[in-house]
Amino acid sequence: MSDATLSFEEAMEKYDPVLGFEVHVELNTKTKMFSSAPNVFGDEPNTNVNEVDLGMPGVLPVLNRTAVESSIKIGLALNCKIAENCRFARKNYFYPDTPKNFQTSQYDEPIAYDGYLDIELSDGTVFRVEIERAHMEEDAGKLTHLGGSAGRIQGADYSLVDYNRAGVPLVEIVTKPIEGAGSRAPELAKAYVAAVREIVKNLGVSDAKMERGNVRCDANVSLRPHGRERFGIRSETKNVNSLRAVEHAVRYEIQRHAAVLDSGEPVIQETRHWHEDTRSTTSGRAKSDADDYRYFPEPDLVPVVASREWVEELRATLPEPPAERRKRLQADWGYSDLEFRDVVNAGVMDEIEETIAAGAAATVARKWWMGEIVGRAKNADVDPGQLGVKPETIVELNKMVEAGKINNKMAAEVLDGVLAGEGTPAEIVEKRGLAVVSDDGPLLEAIDAALAAQPDVADKIRAGKLQAIGAIVGGVMKATRGQADAGRVKELILQRLGVEG
Amino acid sequence: MTETNSNQLIRLSAAQLAAKLAAREVTAVAVVQAHLDRIAAVDGGDRGVHAFLHVNAEEALAVAAEVDAIRAAGGAAAEELHELAGVPIAVKDLIVTVGQPTTAGSRILEGWHSPYDATVVQKLRAAKMPILGKTNLDEFAMGSSTEHSAYGPTRNPWDLDRIPGGSGGGSAAAVAAFEAPLALGTDTGGSIRQPGAVTGTVGVKPTYGGVSRYGAIAMASSLDQIGPVSRTVLDSALLHQVIGGHDPKDSTSLPDPLADLAAAARLGNVDGMKIGIIKELHGEGYQAGVENRFNESLELLKQAGAEIVEVSCPNFKYALGAYYLIMPSEASSNLAKFDGVRYGLRVLPEDPPLTIERVMAATRAAGFGDEVKRRIILGTYALSAGYYDAYYGSAQKVRTLIQRDFDAAFTKADVLISPTAPTTAFKLGEKLDDPLAMYLNDVATIPANMAGVPGLSLPGGLADEDGLPVGIQLLAPAREDARLYRVGAVLESLLEEKWGGPLLDRAPSLPAPALAETVPSHGGSH
Repeated sequence: MSDATLSFEEAMEKYDPVLGFEVHVELNTKTKMFSSAPNVFGDEPNTNVNEVDLGMPGVLPVLNRTAVESSIKIGLALNCKIAENCRFARKNYFYPDTPKNFQTSQYDEPIAYDGYLDIELSDGTVFRVEIERAHMEEDAGKLTHLGGSAGRIQGADYSLVDYNRAGVPLVEIVTKPIEGAGSRAPELAKAYVAAVREIVKNLGVSDAKMERGNVRCDANVSLRPHGRERFGIRSETKNVNSLRAVEHAVRYEIQRHAAVLDSGEPVIQETRHWHEDTRSTTSGRAKSDADDYRYFPEPDLVPVVASREWVEELRATLPEPPAERRKRLQADWGYSDLEFRDVVNAGVMDEIEETIAAGAAATVARKWWMGEIVGRAKNADVDPGQLGVKPETIVELNKMVEAGKINNKMAAEVLDGVLAGEGTPAEIVEKRGLAVVSDDGPLLEAIDAALAAQPDVADKIRAGKLQAIGAIVGGVMKATRGQADAGRVKELILQRLGVEG
Repeated sequence: MTETNSNQLIRLSAAQLAAKLAAREVTAVAVVQAHLDRIAAVDGGDRGVHAFLHVNAEEALAVAAEVDAIRAAGGAAAEELHELAGVPIAVKDLIVTVGQPTTAGSRILEGWHSPYDATVVQKLRAAKMPILGKTNLDEFAMGSSTEHSAYGPTRNPWDLDRIPGGSGGGSAAAVAAFEAPLALGTDTGGSIRQPGAVTGTVGVKPTYGGVSRYGAIAMASSLDQIGPVSRTVLDSALLHQVIGGHDPKDSTSLPDPLADLAAAARLGNVDGMKIGIIKELHGEGYQAGVENRFNESLELLKQAGAEIVEVSCPNFKYALGAYYLIMPSEASSNLAKFDGVRYGLRVLPEDPPLTIERVMAATRAAGFGDEVKRRIILGTYALSAGYYDAYYGSAQKVRTLIQRDFDAAFTKADVLISPTAPTTAFKLGEKLDDPLAMYLNDVATIPANMAGVPGLSLPGGLADEDGLPVGIQLLAPAREDARLYRVGAVLESLLEEKWGGPLLDRAPSLPAPALAETVPSHGGSH
């Protein structure tokens, strides 16, 4: 059953949207939040677990120090205050993805609070999003519902649970209500989540892959008539897991709320599920004050003490804020807005920076990363940075091309060799016999053969139709298996035919 | 090697056994076998003590044989053996052990085997102390009589129709009945000390954080503490040193290095020490015979050179009420994990639908006993929205006040003293239907848990009116456990001098191989 919606434009005419976000960031610590089990994605179910993750009788949690450091770094990057003393609490509820039947989470004492994030929109305006808090908690296991329809719990025959994710460290970043975005609310939603994602990636505290659930967004939307101060009733759309989906979900909920309000019905306070296929939400669980998690301070953990010295030490390690860094790099490199956006979207900004630092020109670095490496990474289903291409390799390859030792095609082949672990570029050129053929003898033989094979083309060239030369060059390259320098081949053909180049 | 008959062996203290083993006067296998024989003789049957839920004979004998082999081979390995190597021990069945079942006295864990050892169990294994088996307890340590065990009550060796205290009645009774020289207990509101009092044995609740809780199935995390159970003060000190110390797996474990507790027990000197009587923890509500023995102990300490002072802890009167909010609140959350999903009992609802909520509910309904359910319901209520501040919040404030009372008292006295329990052992079934009367048993032991301070109970003699053991409790400031052993050892030796031997020599023979006739009474262990 699909809900009624108004057009976005009509909704905006009548109502003012108020947004709020809860973004969960999975930290990329080696071990889990409270146990020594590995924090690894994608392994066989229930292998990255120990007695603590399974909630065995008698176990106790021990807080991961690196997770606390990462959380403080996130708090600092979000311009938050860092609590000198804070505690964990237990959130009690019975559900089989939570092995203890309570989640250990910070409740009224978050590690970071009262921050903000400035979001730049496409038209260049900067919108400040106030951060209420960033708190630490543990992830739950993963349930898979089998039998019945569509992997939902309703109607399923049975469910399987994988506790590998149980206990993975999370930081939940909660905004204050975001007012005044108006019709740019969907864009702001996407830009905000993108900014958070970039921050945690830039800090190195999360793998930040939304498709793997490293960054998950719950989007709150409510509408109120223009001019009214009091907020409307909100819905919370859970687990919106791509930037596009965040934008679409906020837009859809605005349209849906508007239709509900127009009909004179009250909006129901509830969670909503996002469906990528239909780009719409459906009703989830009604949320009310009846949810009683019986929070109380976690007695098995001692308070987290973040000394000012420690916080300042961590602040000193923070990288440059992403927005400032981007501006600086684009100016330094002289990329156009489009070129730079492509680089950012491909996720190779850091790699290009390192390659330039290693001695490559900005254009060369971009050509290699965007032209060669991004495609290979896509085929291998990894991030470009994870392919293992060293900046020095690119610099060396580029030098060889510029010196005319190898051509671009060979350089790409050498890169494959490097990635296959066959050695340094120089070694691979040597091993594979990839040097450009520079002795004119074999080249001339190949050229004569090509000219003899295509006499009509030779005639055209003689007659001054120089663009026809490609066919002869192609024949020569084929005969030399690509090892000839195409520029030199052209010169020799023209010489041979007595034509001025 | 001199022949020592097994009836003599079982009556030796752990320190005495350790000395004989080190001198190779007796083998560890003989020591373990003597205790296994004793268990076989007195523990089973309708009128058995029923201290044990599981007897671990094979492994205990194997560990003993290993110790004997190391001693026989001599050299560095023999030198490096722990002082208590080969001295057997019983473990409360709330503490998880690989290779033996752990039930927590509950149906919900019937047949469950832990995949990991508690930290204290690892330490026992490292010291090569043979584990005789797992002892009975009130279900999830909730009770003061061991009658709430799902596997039947334990009987008090002094009178088989009476309770051995609780929740650690199994450990106390095993030690009192000479089935084990040592045992481990856990103490949340008195579960080591109160059974010690009513069975004429020694029990110690260490400073909170002094012994790792990793692997002790939690009842109330902020109150629980593992501790030693023994027949002598020195033996508890020796065992405390085995199990104590920092554990990185327990965040609440203290970083402090362990003091030499055995040295404190051997020091035996109270000259010039100030010992404070807690005004609120004796007198009204305490049985006359308990009060008499308590006064007698004060007199002995005074004669030994201690100064007896009186201190007042006015907030102790709120301790029981606050305890019965904090303990069930934490327990309601700690016991949530027992749901039939991952381990233990799983009960399917009789009628459809077969949903996870209904499986959890059916499992918990069938798997938990009444006292456990009572505390889960109490705790769930106390933590509920709208009630939290009035109940849990207020109880935490009381806790702070109790800590302040202790702080003030310890400015006036080095050690505090009180009866351990208001009465001697009551009859089985007597208070089973009256939870409030049952809860009152712990009125003198609970304040120590609320404040995290250490407490020791030792036998103070027999009550005039019923001839049953009375316990004397000593309390020290946090991290000052050594003071308990120092004062406890003095009082123990003065009392034994007065009695002409250990109090347990006066316990009636169990309906089994005779004890007292074959063994001459022997002096204290100091």
